Amino acid sequence: MVQARKLVYEYEKRDDEGNVIGMNRAVDGIDIDIRQGQFAAILGHNGSGKSTLAKHMNAILVPTGGTMWVNGRDTKDPRELMHVRQSAGMVFQNPDNQIIGTVVEEDVGFGPENLGVPTDEIWKRVEDSLRAVGMLEYRTHSPNKLSGGQKQRVAIAGVIAMEPRCIVLDEPTAMLDPNGRKEVIRTVQELRKRRNVTVILITHYMEEVIDADQVYVMDSGHIVMKGTPREIFSQVEELKKYRLDVPQVTMLAEELRRRGISLPRGILRREELVDAVDRYACMLKENQS
Amino acid sequence: MSIRLEHINYIYSQGSAYEKHALKDVSLEIPQGQFVGIIGHTGSGKSTLIQHLNGLLIASSGALYYNGQNIYQDKYDMKSLRSQVGLVFQYPEHQLFEVDVFTDVCFGPKNQGLSKQECEIRAKEALELVGFPEKHYSQSPFELSGGQKRRAAIAGVLAMRPKVLVLDEPTAGLDPKGRDDILDQIAQLHGQTGMTVILVSHSMEDIARYVERIIVMNKGTKMLDGAPREVFSHYRELEQVGLAAPQVTYIMHGLKERGIDVRTDATTVEEAAEEISGTLHFLRGHR
Repeated sequence: MVQARKLVYEYEKRDDEGNVIGMNRAVDGIDIDIRQGQFAAILGHNGSGKSTLAKHMNAILVPTGGTMWVNGRDTKDPRELMHVRQSAGMVFQNPDNQIIGTVVEEDVGFGPENLGVPTDEIWKRVEDSLRAVGMLEYRTHSPNKLSGGQKQRVAIAGVIAMEPRCIVLDEPTAMLDPNGRKEVIRTVQELRKRRNVTVILITHYMEEVIDADQVYVMDSGHIVMKGTPREIFSQVEELKKYRLDVPQVTMLAEELRRRGISLPRGILRREELVDAVDRYACMLKENQS
Repeated sequence: MSIRLEHINYIYSQGSAYEKHALKDVSLEIPQGQFVGIIGHTGSGKSTLIQHLNGLLIASSGALYYNGQNIYQDKYDMKSLRSQVGLVFQYPEHQLFEVDVFTDVCFGPKNQGLSKQECEIRAKEALELVGFPEKHYSQSPFELSGGQKRRAAIAGVLAMRPKVLVLDEPTAGLDPKGRDDILDQIAQLHGQTGMTVILVSHSMEDIARYVERIIVMNKGTKMLDGAPREVFSHYRELEQVGLAAPQVTYIMHGLKERGIDVRTDATTVEEAAEEISGTLHFLRGHR
C-alpha cells in the first residue's frame, strides 16, 4: 500500500538574507513496505524525520531522491496527485487547524465534495463516517464546542469520508487528555478492523503502538529499528539511545528482571505481566512444598 | 508565602448565552515549597484555576490570599503578584519572539524595571537553572529544537525569580527523552530553590513520579486532594471522570486479585518493583 525505496528528502538551509548555506537531509535513504490493512507505527524523537516521511505518504512533500509509491502510484508524478491524495488521508496533531466547517456534517462533507462526489452520495458518506467514529449524534453541532478527542474524531471522519485505503495519523493524540487519547486510538482500531483500512500512526506515546503489526524507529532520517512491538520493546537500552522509552508495563517487567525475577522479555500488557508474575509466584510455592 | 483559596467561584460570560460555571466553591491551600500536581480532563477547570493564582482571572466570588493578603482587596499590587507567581502556559515556545534567546529571557526582568546589568544576571541564572547550553544563548529561538525552545521559554519566567512556578503541560509534544529531561530539570529546580511548583499534566505516570500532592479537578470542583498513593487508590472514581491511575497501580491490584499479597498503593515503577520483588523474595525465603 505504501512503499518507499531509497527515499531521500533534502531541503536548502538559508541564512537571514536568503542565501543557501547548506543542505539538510530530513529523510535519508528509507525503504519501507506497508501492506494493505496493516497497522504500522513510526516512533522517533523530535526532529528524527518521521513527520517529513509521513508528509510523503499523501504527496504534501515529494521525494528529492528515491521513490515513494502509494497504492502503486508514484507520488512524484503530478498526474497521480489526485489518486494519491484520495488513497491516503492525513490527520494532524492539532484538531483546531484541520476543521474548517461551522457545522460538523459540513466539515466531514468537505472532502468528498471536493472530489466531485454526487450530493446524495456525500450525505451517505457523511453519515457513515460519523457513525464509524461514534460522532453521529453531533452532526449538527458546531465543531468548536467539542472536546479535543471529539474534534480529532471529526477530523478522522472527514478523512474516511473520502474513502481512502490508508490513513496516516501524525501525533493525533499529542494535545489530548487521557480520555481523548483512548477515544482516538479506539476509533482508529475499529476502522481498521471493520474497513480493512491501512493505518500508519506516528506517536510519542509508547502505549499506543503495542497493537501495531510493525513498528519502525527513526533517527536522523534513517530507519534504525524495525520489528513487532514485542521485538522493539525488548530492547530498552537501544530505545533510550534514540531518546525513546518503553511502555510502563514493560519497564516494570524489566526492573523485576533486574531484581532477579525471571520473566519473559518484551511484556507489553498489564494482564501479561500479572500472569507472568503469578506463574513465577506459583513456581516458588511449588518449590517450597 | 502560601496561596490560599477560599470558596472561589468563577463564571465565564456571566449573564450571556455562553455562561459557564467553570469553578465551583474551590477552597485549598498550597504552602510555600510544595510540589503539587493538578489533574483533570479537558474542561474540568484546571486551566481556569491556575489563571486565578496570579490574578489573570478574577474570581466571581470568594477570596484568594497570597502571603496572607487578599489579592482582591483595593490597591493590591497585582504587578508584584505576577512577578512572584510565574505562569508557564502550554506550548510556551509560541511566545518566544526576540532576536536571540538571551534577549528573550531578559524581557521579563526588563519589564519589572530592573537595570540592564541585573536583567542579564537573572537571565543567565535562569538559563542555567533550566540547563540551557551557553553556546546557544545568542541563537535565534526559532532555530532551537523543541526541548530547547521550551527550556528557553521556562527560563523567561524564571528570570523574574518567582516564588511560585505554575506549569501548564510543560511536556506536551515532546519526545520521551525530552519529557524526562524537562521534568527532571523542574524537580531539580524545585529542590534547589525551594520554589513552589504547580504542575498541570495529563500524564498520570509523570505526576506520580514527581509530585508530593495531587489535586484532582472535575466539573469545576475539587474532587480529590492528597498524596499520590492516596489519590490513585480512588482509581475507579478517577476512571469515571475520564482519568486513570498510573499503569502500575492496575498491575498491583491485578496481582492482589490473584492472591499475591502485595500492597496496592505503589504509583511508580520503582515502588512497584520493590514491592513485588520483596513479596516474591519473601516467598522464596520460606522454602
